[in-house]
Amino acid sequence: MNLGIPSYLGSFTELLVDHLAMALGASLLGLVVALPLGLLCVRRPQWYPPVLAGASVLYSIPSLAFFVLLIAFTGISRTTVVIPLAVYTLAVLIPNVVDGLRAVPESVRQSATAMGYSETRRLLTVDLPIALPTVLAGLRVATVANISMVSVGALIGMGAFGSLFTAAVQLDRLGLAITGIVVTVVMALVVDAALLGVQWLATPWLRRTRTQGRTRTQGRTRTQGRTRRSAR
Amino acid sequence: MITFDNVEKRYPDGTVAVDGLSLEVPTGTLTVLVGPSGCGKTTSLRMINRMVDPTAGRVLLDGKDVREQDPQTLRRGIGYVIQHAGLFPHRTVVDNVATVPRLLGATRRQARATALEVLERVGLGAEFARRYPAQLSGGQQQRVGVARALAADPPVLLMDEPFSAVDPVVRKELQQELLRLQSVLAKTIVLVTHDIDEAITLGDRVAVMRPGGTLAHYGPPEDLLTAPADDFVADFLGTDRGVRLLSFFPSDDLPLRTDPVVTAGDDRIPGGEQWLLVVDDDRRPVGWRDATGGPVPAGRGFVPGRDSVRVALDAAVLSPSGHAVAVDSDGRVLGVISQEELAATIRAHHAARSVDVTERTDA
Repeated sequence: MNLGIPSYLGSFTELLVDHLAMALGASLLGLVVALPLGLLCVRRPQWYPPVLAGASVLYSIPSLAFFVLLIAFTGISRTTVVIPLAVYTLAVLIPNVVDGLRAVPESVRQSATAMGYSETRRLLTVDLPIALPTVLAGLRVATVANISMVSVGALIGMGAFGSLFTAAVQLDRLGLAITGIVVTVVMALVVDAALLGVQWLATPWLRRTRTQGRTRTQGRTRTQGRTRRSAR
Repeated sequence: MITFDNVEKRYPDGTVAVDGLSLEVPTGTLTVLVGPSGCGKTTSLRMINRMVDPTAGRVLLDGKDVREQDPQTLRRGIGYVIQHAGLFPHRTVVDNVATVPRLLGATRRQARATALEVLERVGLGAEFARRYPAQLSGGQQQRVGVARALAADPPVLLMDEPFSAVDPVVRKELQQELLRLQSVLAKTIVLVTHDIDEAITLGDRVAVMRPGGTLAHYGPPEDLLTAPADDFVADFLGTDRGVRLLSFFPSDDLPLRTDPVVTAGDDRIPGGEQWLLVVDDDRRPVGWRDATGGPVPAGRGFVPGRDSVRVALDAAVLSPSGHAVAVDSDGRVLGVISQEELAATIRAHHAARSVDVTERTDA
């Protein structure tokens, strides 16, 4: 199965692995950076505006310019594509990490401390799990964007399926561009569904709240529901 | 025993939350800190488990300054119940309750077994164990909160407005539940509330605090109602403290009359302003009969020994005949007592109490 992709671009499987490695790598790297930054912004709220402004400024740098700048340091490599994409995800992930952590009810935080949790333990076993749905919602948006953005790397020869678009122009084969679009969209849908599955598995408490009868609605579940919808 | 020794909390901006607080909470008793918002009651409570450290003075737990103890170790030995329960939404009820035993090093299996026992104790069966907090009502969540605080069997329990977020009916139920648990467990409890009725219902001792963080009155609730320390305390207690005081007067020695009680077959018609209480063959009240006819329903009675004089007076005030009906725990009529007779008993109680108070002041 090669979908008419010219052999000099590589096999379908090679392109797929390449594409997903860059897109998911960028998401993961972004998450690793966004978590501590988001945490800092929750602990020291005065840092949130400058951090968010910084992420937005970086988001406004055109990707091509970013790639070209990075070639001087990382050459023509996957890294050169991954770093800018990871930086772009910060503009989505940091606000979601902050919102998620802020949605942890004060009474929950206080009772954890009062029961003898250390700060770190509380953060890892209480705050982060409660923030997880919001963080994952951000991660889904960022990942779908990354899958599409990897294609731009074709301009420096590292675009995986993006190379189908440059090839379509060079060889004057519109079909290649359509193949590229279809493959990208299918990848995005599948990865998004997979992340949704991860979220479903990781948050059993959100599944069980709506199915069974209850007399009182807790503020926090409503908030989480709203955040998840709006982030979609 | 918990001791506040001239404790002060002053914030860097100059605000004083607690000012020169000295009081002792004896082991095994329930002390309520009550006062308007901003009186430093929650701040004082949090000094006990070092969620807040005082800027001057000491807080002692069984004679040891809490500041010499590691906060996390200290906290694992002190139960804490908070408004809205503060349950972990991502953990099941049983795992919420198992939290402190787990922190103390119990295996998951041990901790869950303990948690199930404690849940049973607060009136939640095993069917609640696997639910998540959002699947419970507010009252049930608060019960789980209490179970979680009790799970590691700590000698001390701190409760910060534990029942403020539930509706009045459930609140009353939870208060009775707490009194029942306390009569069995005898923990040293400090409870914060802004509700003076709750303070009087629950407290062995009540500490009234005033804005600025000073102690206005400290003592048993009866003393508080009889002799408030000053106008602030009297105002805070409200206008019906006389009636509330009646909650502390037992009703088991009230003089009951049986002469106005007649069986259904007896068709005597009382004369003038007189009333007769008609009962059935099982001595259950049917209603009141007067010269104009009847019977009109007798309404709620009181159970001597179980209910207080306050309940008896309430029954008399609500009764068409001005008489309260005393019934046994099965609802059979024991006798009746009029408002006038109740008033005489109340005066006698007061007289006895003032002798009591004088004697204590002398000693």
